[in-house]
Amino acid sequence: MTSLSKDITASTSGRPMVKAEGVHKSFGLAHILKGIDLEVNPREVFCLIGPSGSGKSTFLRCINHLEKISAGRLYVDGDLVGYRQKGDKLYELKEREVAAQRRDIGMVFQRFNLFPHMTAVENVMEAPVQVKGETKAVARERAERLLDRVGLGDRKGHYPAQLSGGQQQRVAIARALAMQPKLMLFDEPTSALDPELVGEVLDVMRDLAEDGMTMIVVTHEMGFAREVGDNLVFMDGGVVVESGNPRDVLTNPQHERTQAFLSKVL
Amino acid sequence: MTDTVDKIPASSVPPEQIKAIPVRHYGRWVAGVLVIAVLALIVLAFSNANINYSIIPDYLTDATILSGVWHTLYISVLAMLLGLVLGVILAVMRMSSNPVTSTVSWLYIWFFRGTPVLVQLLLWYNIALVFPVLNLGFYKDEMNQVMTPFLAALLGLGLNEAAYMSEIVRAGIQSVDLGQTEASHALGMTQGKTLRRVILPQAMRVIVPPTGNEFINMLKTSSLAYAVQFNETIKAATDISSTSLAVVEMYFVASIWYLILTSIFSVFQYYLERRYARGSSRTLPPTPLQRLKKNLRLFGSFRRPEVAR
Repeated sequence: MTSLSKDITASTSGRPMVKAEGVHKSFGLAHILKGIDLEVNPREVFCLIGPSGSGKSTFLRCINHLEKISAGRLYVDGDLVGYRQKGDKLYELKEREVAAQRRDIGMVFQRFNLFPHMTAVENVMEAPVQVKGETKAVARERAERLLDRVGLGDRKGHYPAQLSGGQQQRVAIARALAMQPKLMLFDEPTSALDPELVGEVLDVMRDLAEDGMTMIVVTHEMGFAREVGDNLVFMDGGVVVESGNPRDVLTNPQHERTQAFLSKVL
Repeated sequence: MTDTVDKIPASSVPPEQIKAIPVRHYGRWVAGVLVIAVLALIVLAFSNANINYSIIPDYLTDATILSGVWHTLYISVLAMLLGLVLGVILAVMRMSSNPVTSTVSWLYIWFFRGTPVLVQLLLWYNIALVFPVLNLGFYKDEMNQVMTPFLAALLGLGLNEAAYMSEIVRAGIQSVDLGQTEASHALGMTQGKTLRRVILPQAMRVIVPPTGNEFINMLKTSSLAYAVQFNETIKAATDISSTSLAVVEMYFVASIWYLILTSIFSVFQYYLERRYARGSSRTLPPTPLQRLKKNLRLFGSFRRPEVAR
């Protein structure tokens, strides 16, 4: 397989790719995130695990501003997400500026969210053409290369409804990569798949990790976290309970809540 | 267990087909005969009625009638376009988070859906009674000069249609999964681009079928423009019948033309729906033409000798 590295624009600066300082998030009265502090370094595979409702997906969605944080600071590649700071005042970014920030952050959803009225290759071409203003020829060339890369070279003209779940999720990964992001967010990418289809998606993610993509992965696949992850965080009740090397945390959890959770899922 | 399985012979011989005597539905026969009898009575009544059928074909292509049909067609298309554009604007206003625009949109729909089209047409036509002079600053004229039968028909039909179209468009937009918006935003698309490239094309699948119905309705409702002296099909038919005294015959002529128009647009609508069904299912349903070809092929295969099993 050819390398994906030319699609990766890795940050060369020493600063963390993602930095969260006391991030809170409330939906009305529901307090979902209660002060998250963490750092994700470039070229790192960062896994988030935890029971449902622990806030891990919400935190992921805050990183590309699909959710607004209620308190704290969140930086991606040194830039404040969704705001501009002038002196001690915060200004909300305009819609266009938020969109520009999101260009460099790829996201893969649990339910794929492919555009059903477009073929696989059109799905992958859409954002480069519409957002970056690339010509169709250039976008198509890269889209076809990316689809080949995720093993769907023979499914380019298929509509999402004609693809299996695993194939759809691989198209979704190719679609996110087409924007040449510096960071990829995965929101339970294999949770909606039949067990036999999980492997093909994890294989693509593993290759991506080997090519040096910075990835934040919300997952229930402990095997993937142990094998591919550089760092692992266990969240519960809106806080980070335990973090560290995935092999250490998964085999020798220190906190009793981590132990209780892992005893149920492993 | 494995023993019994082994004893079943490999099914090289196909099982014997069941040949049973089907249930007889005598009721269906009775109902069929009754319906045919009623139809025959109706046909008999009309054939003996005082109707001069022979003049109908001549008047079908009469210049006045053809001009009326043309007016029906273009006022319907223009009013529908006005309704569509205004309907999309009203739908977006209605869904906006600005309380002023959404309330105004609600009031518009409430008024134009809640009053009869005929009243709306007459109000526009007689608007000179309340505003004798139209003054737009850059343009000033007697209202009577401005509010022609055409403009009254266009505004009456189009503004009424907008109220219905806005509800259809709103339902279409709201039928699209929220995940589509999130995926578009995550790719860096703005709200406008998301609406145009992702939401509306999918909403069209929900919007097109009722819009086709609305247009077919519009073809017929446009006959109300007769009341504001617009020269559409019914006006043409009554104008002729007032001199030729062939009243019912002319209504027949008009009906035939309406049937022709609505039939043509039903076919057009079918292909339009097919186009917007892309990606919604694994395979598209066949077009009538494809279905005809397939049936012909099947028909041919009946006569071919059966291939030995």
